[in-house]
Amino acid sequence: MATTEKMSKTTTPTHWDADIPVNYVYTYGLAGEAFFRAIKDRGTFLGTRCDACDITYVPPKAYCDRCLEALDKYIDVGTVGYVDTFTVSFKNMDGSEKPRPRILAMIKIEGTDGGIIHYLDGISIEEVALGLPVQAIFKPKAQRKGGIEDIIGFGPVKR
Amino acid sequence: MGMRKVAIVGAGITKFVRRAQETGKELSWQASKMALDSCGLTLDDVDMVTLGTAPDAFDGVHMKGEYLADGAGGCRKPYMRHYVGGGTGVFSPIHGWFHVASGMADICLVVAEEKMSSCHPHPQGAFLTIFDHTTEQPLKPTLIWIFALEMNRYMQAYGLSKADIARVSVKNKGNALDHPSAQVAEKITVEDVLASETLCWPVNRLDISPASDGAAAVVLASERVARRLTDKPVWIDGVGFSIDTAYWGTRDLSYPRYVETAARMAYDMAGIKEPAKEIHIAEPYDPFDYKELHHMEGLMLCPRGEAARLTAEGYTARDGNLPICPSGGALGVGNPIAATGLMKVIEIFLQLRGEAGKRQVPGKPTCGLAQAWGDLMQMGTVIVLRS
Amino acid sequence: MELEKYKLGGTHLKSSDFEKGKVLTTAWQPNLAYTWDNGVAIGRYLDELKNGRIIARVCHECHRIMLPPRMFCELCFRPTDEWMYVQDTGVVSTFSVARVNWDASRRGPKEPPLLPAVIEIDGATKGMGILHMLGEVDPDDIKAGMKVRAVWKKSEDRTGAITDILYFKPLRAAASKKAPARRKR
Ligand SMILES: [Zn+2]
Ligand SMILES: [Zn+2]
Repeated sequence: MATTEKMSKTTTPTHWDADIPVNYVYTYGLAGEAFFRAIKDRGTFLGTRCDACDITYVPPKAYCDRCLEALDKYIDVGTVGYVDTFTVSFKNMDGSEKPRPRILAMIKIEGTDGGIIHYLDGISIEEVALGLPVQAIFKPKAQRKGGIEDIIGFGPVKR
Repeated sequence: MGMRKVAIVGAGITKFVRRAQETGKELSWQASKMALDSCGLTLDDVDMVTLGTAPDAFDGVHMKGEYLADGAGGCRKPYMRHYVGGGTGVFSPIHGWFHVASGMADICLVVAEEKMSSCHPHPQGAFLTIFDHTTEQPLKPTLIWIFALEMNRYMQAYGLSKADIARVSVKNKGNALDHPSAQVAEKITVEDVLASETLCWPVNRLDISPASDGAAAVVLASERVARRLTDKPVWIDGVGFSIDTAYWGTRDLSYPRYVETAARMAYDMAGIKEPAKEIHIAEPYDPFDYKELHHMEGLMLCPRGEAARLTAEGYTARDGNLPICPSGGALGVGNPIAATGLMKVIEIFLQLRGEAGKRQVPGKPTCGLAQAWGDLMQMGTVIVLRS
Repeated sequence: MELEKYKLGGTHLKSSDFEKGKVLTTAWQPNLAYTWDNGVAIGRYLDELKNGRIIARVCHECHRIMLPPRMFCELCFRPTDEWMYVQDTGVVSTFSVARVNWDASRRGPKEPPLLPAVIEIDGATKGMGILHMLGEVDPDDIKAGMKVRAVWKKSEDRTGAITDILYFKPLRAAASKKAPARRKR
């Protein structure tokens, strides 16, 4: 008798249910702390730049991942960028239908090599396009806690 | 065997701390950058990168090998993570050794990282998941149980007392006073260990290494490159690793046979016939104090059941005949799992170069080993280094 | 190189740095729920526990009677050959007296310690131990080599789980009830 056959004829299939009961608290790190403090306190984005590699990181990094040099000078890169790519999300995490579709985009920040993934806000599916200029919309300062949720989304650029 | 000689030529390490502000990427970068700086290299010179880090459940980052890659200098390079539980940190340079010995790389950066502080309520909780989900987890085990069960078994096998074992903690925490990365260096007594909180008898709080954040890195080079880079290359002369069954209730808990198997592999390769005489200095893994004794025996550095007596006689002190854990070990320097193993390799590297500062052992050692151990207490990793 | 000559990385934070908001953090409560297939060997093992019996598998090549049961022999690397009931008695191989819970939290002063042990089950090959708990015993009276017997849940309460055995208790109760002496363990 083959092994598989022996194995399949001994018992009815049963299973065991359990969960892994852990939770996490993450620090933002040296560069992440600076980035989220600037969002919380000043409503702007910071980056770091490696001149040798000619690259500007947003969100900032404490080091250049091309050459491993330390990057500790933070520059204010503003809050304006453009849609580098996007997707439209119709479903929630559990597979249920969203009340209205949401556009999730990679926003490249103007003048940098970096980008932020976030929702578009106040831009319709008909309007959205690659290259569309957008600007970050923050929660009111008093409600900001220092996290990615301090950004409501990216909307049309205010002039 | 047609393999090339491989040397360690540089090293880097962070402080080991209970909660680091740095992300795991940033810790990896701090160690990697220091390792490259220490031998005058830049990332451009590095052909390949290997990274060791223990369970994803500690950092709370799934696939953390990929997550850590940029901090470890792995971007746009051949890069791979390895993972053998607590044995990871000593496997790290073994993984790098494969890359260089095979001829695939002339310079390989080897990085090890752990950020356990992200895990709440305590990193111990993440260990629940290493037990069998159906036959063991419903009993709500903690990792300390398994150590307590093993320590008790070991004590019974050789008639050892808790005081016999506590001396290891006293020695290592004392040694760590001279290590600049140390987290829990302390001058303590055997009485302090015995009087510390009983967690799971026979294990008291001071029998255990702490949970830690930290990173370490070394640079490996082929012989031709190593001789150009440094006057003091430290050669990887033997590597070994071995795993035993995960049915841990079936194993003889009084003796780490998998460590012996790994050690025999490394000794064969290094041409070592009498390890107790030929090894001058050793850094066995000591997450719990009895483990140092257990591992000395598995490494055949002394007869079975004799390690405690040798420790009591000062044989394993920094100025003893066979210094064991002169760094201060996991018990004193701290225990960011993978980084601890590599910290031990770095300690042997520095000792063989005569660069261990206040920790330097006398007698100009020329042959040392580092060892780690992990998974469900079943994995042994051993590396033999010579100056 | 000497470590002492380098400025080492690693910025230590105190608990108060978190509590006072000196450092920004983000938290995550993952939803890690799993359904694990029991497979053939453990499926039967659990079924038999529900019946109040412990069952093992035998390998005819190395002659081991294996607990927990498995459909392959990891030493001979071949299928195992037959089922065999073993006793619900055994010998304590090693044990602990645990004052911490699974998450490293401490058990309260009124909570009795947990008594995990490796128990070598009678009828299985020597050295085939399983993890379980001890009960109905003073922690100071536990000895390695002690004979123990499974204490089962009532049959109507059994669900086919390792916890259908509540714990193992000494075969012979301790001869005399000693005055509560200084706590040793
Ligand atoms: Zn750069
Ligand atoms: Zn067999």
